[in-house]
Amino acid sequence: MAGRVEGKVAFITGAARGQGRSHALRLAQEGADIIAVDLLEDIPGAPYHGATEADLAETVRQVEALDRRIVASKADVRDFGGLKKAVDDGVAQLGRLDIISANAGISTQMAPADELDEDMWQNMIDTNLTGVWHTVKAGLPHIKAGGRGGSIILTSSEAGIRGYGNIAHYVSAKHGVVGLMRTLAIELAPLSIRVNSIHPTQVDTDMIQNSATYDLFTGKQGSTKEEFAAASQAVIALPIPWVEPVDISNAVLWLASDEARFVTGVPLPVDGGNYLI
Amino acid sequence: MPGRVEGKVAFVTGAARGQGRSHALRLAQEGADIIAVDLTGQIDTVPYAMSTPADLDETVRQVEALDRRIVATQADVRDFDALKGALDAGVAQLGKLDIVSANAGIFSFGTLDELTEEQWSDMLAVNLTGVWHTVKAAIPHLKANGGGSMILTSSTAGLLAIPNIGHYVAAKHGVVGVMKTAALELAPFNIRVNSVHPTSVNTDMIQNSATYELFAPDLTPEQRTKEALAPRFQTLNVLPIPWVEPVDISNAVLWLASDESRYVTGLEVRVDAGQLLK
Repeated sequence: MAGRVEGKVAFITGAARGQGRSHALRLAQEGADIIAVDLLEDIPGAPYHGATEADLAETVRQVEALDRRIVASKADVRDFGGLKKAVDDGVAQLGRLDIISANAGISTQMAPADELDEDMWQNMIDTNLTGVWHTVKAGLPHIKAGGRGGSIILTSSEAGIRGYGNIAHYVSAKHGVVGLMRTLAIELAPLSIRVNSIHPTQVDTDMIQNSATYDLFTGKQGSTKEEFAAASQAVIALPIPWVEPVDISNAVLWLASDEARFVTGVPLPVDGGNYLI
Repeated sequence: MPGRVEGKVAFVTGAARGQGRSHALRLAQEGADIIAVDLTGQIDTVPYAMSTPADLDETVRQVEALDRRIVATQADVRDFDALKGALDAGVAQLGKLDIVSANAGIFSFGTLDELTEEQWSDMLAVNLTGVWHTVKAAIPHLKANGGGSMILTSSTAGLLAIPNIGHYVAAKHGVVGVMKTAALELAPFNIRVNSVHPTSVNTDMIQNSATYELFAPDLTPEQRTKEALAPRFQTLNVLPIPWVEPVDISNAVLWLASDESRYVTGLEVRVDAGQLLK
């Protein structure tokens, strides 16, 4: 049986690990070739380490183990020129582009809005919002050139549809992604290019499994993973503390596939009912 | 490779034709057995011919042709006891319940000052109370199963208003209220509840002379062909299409029914060609 995205090519940012690697693998399992980029550096103010070259190499190894092709390179979503070169090179090798997963994102300083540092604010907006626009801008000419339409999936967050204390820069950037998604969906509909956003609740990756995030959720210093799990579960309706990367990937897969050929302009939570509470 | 809902059992209302039959077939293709109900009869205030027993027989034939089991019964979603009886009997034969597609619905129209008491009460009874009846009948079986997924068919008219169908808009908005409440009440039981919101779907519900008249009152009945009406329907959408096909809704139902969406609950999932962007 043909895969659900058989023969398509997907461009994924932040693909070295976490959700990005999971998206690459899930799409490859269903027949897609992959163009992968990642920053591969530590991020100032982030309470966790950035992905490494070894991480990206592992994504390459796992995609190739599925007998799919992958073109992976180091690129920064804040740098449009570098990002464009990476996707141009990937399309030159793989022949086409059908799917964009704008996944790269960071979590940094946690403080009330009036205490956020200028550079922390700016780097968040540059990465989590401008980086998404850069990703679409770099990939779009290739999707248009195919003349077959396409599917663009922007990774926002639960914080893109509701507010949270102490991460104003993150909430603002992720809300901005929704505005970008809605605008793109209207602009690109005549070309049968669909644009949707995904809104995960807490996902079990390095971005949340760190002491700063534990303390943000529990409201006290030195919290344990168990205390974080309880605090996280309290904001989710289903009896779970967080979701796994593959749960986001399965939503990305549905939106990427022709099964969702008439779905556009939709903010899609994958959140265990987080939004209901 | 196992199907995406392999070994599960799905209850589908309004399964004789249209979206309901499509849902039954798509879920059966991916490995589910089906409990199907349909009114297979007419409601006086509905201005197009509703489904027949022969339609329901055809759904049975097509599901069985996929080597899946199906228990099909004539039942009215307005009648809770009959609906519960049909579902209970289906579960007794197929062993359990995992998935619910509350799909049965009707369409009629008139401005709010023109709608008759009967139009209003039939609409609310089928499109809102019928959904609650479906959910209510299913909950004991899903709890006994240790979890499950319910998909309630609303509409883009469950999220925005459209003139001339105030009773439909009210009922479909009400479905969102049922969905969200059910999602909260049932989350502790690992039962997920979501709604789907189609734009116009290419079925008998829109492809009929009464609906054509609603969309093209300026044309003569002879001029109201499917081709002439397509551009009118297309103005509702952002994507360059007049309507979606039943299978497009079925693919959303399938995703929500499958374990791929195991942590998705409380959502309004639009399959609307961008209608909500307008």
